[in-house]
Amino acid sequence: MSHFIDRRLNGKNKSTVNRQRFLKRYKSQLKRSVADAVNRRSITDIDSGERVGIPSKDISEPVFHHGKGGIRDMVHPGNKDFVTGDRIRRPEGGGGEGSGQGKAGKGGKGDDDFVFELSREEFMDLLFDDLELPNLVRNQLMGTTEFKTIRAGYSTDGSPSNIDVVRSLKGAIARRTAIGAPLRARARELEEELQTLLDGGTDETDARVREIREEIDRLRTRIAALPFIDTFDLRYQSFTKLPEPTSKAVMVCIMDVSGSMDQVRKNLAKRFFILLYLFLQRNYDKIDVVFIRHHTIAQEVDEQEFFYSRETGGTVVSSALNLAYDILKERYDSSVWNIYAAQASDGDNWDSDSTVCRDLLVEKLMPLMRYFAYVEITPRQHQSLWYAYQEVRAMHRHFAMQEIDGPEDIFPVFRELFRRQAA
Amino acid sequence: MSKNLISDSSEWSFPLLERFDREIGRLARDVYGLDTYANQIEVISSEQMIDAYSSVGLPINYPHWSFGKQFVATEQTYRRGQMGLAYEIVINSDPCIAYLMEENTLPMQALVIAHACYGHNSFFKGNYLFRTWTSADAIIDYLVFARRYIAECEERYGEAEVEMLLDSCHALMNHGVDRYKRPTPLTLAEEQRRQKDRAAYLQSMVNDLWRTLPTFDVDGGGEQDVRWPEEPQENLLYFIEKNAPLLEPWQREIVRIVRKLGQYFYPQRQTQVMNEGWATFWHYTLMNHLYDDGFVTDGFMIEFLQSHTGVVFQPTFDVPYYNGINPYALGFAMMRDIRRICEQPTDEDRHWFPDIAGGDWLKALDFAMRNFKDESFVAQYLSPTVMRDLRLFAISDDDREEHLEVTAIHEEQGYRALRQSLAEQYNLGSREPNIQVFNVDRRGDRSMTLRHYRHNRRPLGDSVEEMLRHIRRLWGFTVRLETLDENGRTQLIGEC
Repeated sequence: MSHFIDRRLNGKNKSTVNRQRFLKRYKSQLKRSVADAVNRRSITDIDSGERVGIPSKDISEPVFHHGKGGIRDMVHPGNKDFVTGDRIRRPEGGGGEGSGQGKAGKGGKGDDDFVFELSREEFMDLLFDDLELPNLVRNQLMGTTEFKTIRAGYSTDGSPSNIDVVRSLKGAIARRTAIGAPLRARARELEEELQTLLDGGTDETDARVREIREEIDRLRTRIAALPFIDTFDLRYQSFTKLPEPTSKAVMVCIMDVSGSMDQVRKNLAKRFFILLYLFLQRNYDKIDVVFIRHHTIAQEVDEQEFFYSRETGGTVVSSALNLAYDILKERYDSSVWNIYAAQASDGDNWDSDSTVCRDLLVEKLMPLMRYFAYVEITPRQHQSLWYAYQEVRAMHRHFAMQEIDGPEDIFPVFRELFRRQAA
Repeated sequence: MSKNLISDSSEWSFPLLERFDREIGRLARDVYGLDTYANQIEVISSEQMIDAYSSVGLPINYPHWSFGKQFVATEQTYRRGQMGLAYEIVINSDPCIAYLMEENTLPMQALVIAHACYGHNSFFKGNYLFRTWTSADAIIDYLVFARRYIAECEERYGEAEVEMLLDSCHALMNHGVDRYKRPTPLTLAEEQRRQKDRAAYLQSMVNDLWRTLPTFDVDGGGEQDVRWPEEPQENLLYFIEKNAPLLEPWQREIVRIVRKLGQYFYPQRQTQVMNEGWATFWHYTLMNHLYDDGFVTDGFMIEFLQSHTGVVFQPTFDVPYYNGINPYALGFAMMRDIRRICEQPTDEDRHWFPDIAGGDWLKALDFAMRNFKDESFVAQYLSPTVMRDLRLFAISDDDREEHLEVTAIHEEQGYRALRQSLAEQYNLGSREPNIQVFNVDRRGDRSMTLRHYRHNRRPLGDSVEEMLRHIRRLWGFTVRLETLDENGRTQLIGEC
């Protein structure tokens, strides 16, 4: 009468499409949450999900309902000392809404934000959306490990194109030998017996001789009937995917923290560094990040200080480049480490320092680098640093520079980088 | 150890479940005479349970963002441990589909089988509302049709377009029922065949209705300003489906799909107390019977009783987590009381329930289950004993008065008023605002006027503007909403 079905192995993501639609519908609100999260998070921690919130009123589904007021009669349980005709002061916040429906687990009051968790993919997707990354690049960034296909012996199933003929035929021979062996042994025995009988002068028409001959014939037919090749014999070349061995990279983040770099610009710079970090993460197993901030003096700091401390004063870019060079020489051997550097600045520099920077880069730093990216976050005219760097770019192909106004300008810097990697 | 003992482990396995189902089914059928649909019991994981939750418990449904929102919310609260998942979901279909969660222990699974597969199941099959409003044998097929149809529309007209339409229809889902007409049964093949004819026919009717060519009046008399529709229409979705001037045939079909779904849920909204009370009463009775016959151990019963008491617990009005009357508690108390009245009637019971006091309790319960909904069930069966046990009291909240007034409590003079008041509380008609299509200006600007019939001076909530936008989207022309108050005055409260 009852019928049991085990559905546990069925897909569990029946609601994925609904979830996607929900996210799509509230994309703009979610983007805001993601932007906040990016500013709050550490660069190296960017690659995970996030809790986001949407104001509840934005996602309500309206229906006609009664408002406050009028006469309402309600029945409640648990009377202690009321008697008919008692008058009670109205409790704060109006009468209970209870109609017995009970919203399980909404935890009472105050759900003014609808908060939930975004998965890593969803989070990154929204982030990339903000940066206007093309899909190809998205995939490259989102993709996890690269795999290499290698041989892994033989298996009993596979696609026909992978059949190993020699192996399969060897198997067939073995099978024929093994199954045919008792038959052949028996046939040999009978032949010997027949020979003895014939040698002993027994007549061909003798019953026993005829019997033996028939038996031998039968055995031979059976041996002949053994299939030449059987699906059982088939062997396929097996391949397995091995994660590509990756190596180490170091990312040097250099940022100008002089007074003219405000928080908005720093956040822009942060996006830029995040993107570079993600790119490196996709390509390398282990990544070190070095943060160097500078005004007139450069200093190696931790991330928190890098993005959020305020400094004032003039700007001497070469101090940071010198420090970077020292750190690389000391800790990161360029034969072991892939070195990437990203510099963000508003373009201010001491006039006489710009040529120093150019020479430093060309002679000392660029030979060590896999890639050096410079972004200038400024609405103004370019200054000497820009022109000095243009000379560097002319000399080194792995040097990129870009002017940034908003987050959507960040990507072009990477375009070249990705093209190079793809090649 | 009893020779009947099924298992003393708390781990379940399919053979054990089948064994329990057999015994419970035997008791339900042979001893208690429950009439059920065949059961289809599906074991699922908690993730799948969340999935099932978010499509309003239906095994298949069309895609819509609101289900995604539900999913996200459920998942979130569940992950954070703020909420346990229900132990079961049961679908009013034939065969009756029930989901068991794999995380449950054996006693829980047995409870769920008794509760859902024999309790709810027999209610679905027996109760007059479900018999009238839902076609258990066709709902799954209809959902398949709806899902496919909507997918087709999305492909043809774009997801955004369909989504907007669905949003508006969902907003009016509770206003898509003809309360006094038996809906026609649904079947998949029929539905698909008729859908095409209907589309063509409907469109032609609508065109006719809105024909703008002048008609020649033979007697020369001008068009009278007759109100149309002649009678106010309470089924807004139906009215829109049949009469909205600008909807495309596919849009009408989608309106119809949402309307049909609303109709499917209509009995459930009206029988919560009864349905849960009935199922709880039966799992309680069946489990105890199993125990008495030695099928289960003491430990099993203790686990069972622990979750049973959790389900029927009624917090009093003055605790912080009080959230209205627990339908399980009220329903269970009332069902059990009916049995008590039959088996051990007091003089009070004989006075209040002369028909059933001392009678056959199975018959009395069966009659109650078949012929009532929450409102009438409470009005008929809420006994003084239950009112006293739950210590019920009625409060009147009049916004013109400074104080709330206790109008009745659980005492001789208050029983009837209390019962009346609680019954009214379950009356869908007074729980939801009464809004009807009052007039459509066919000759003029095609505007539609809705009328809200106010009851007890209760105004409409703050969603009016948004709702009017939704209705306008469906209707295509100006929509007005007016309130008719107790003194017969009308007042315009919104226009879009």
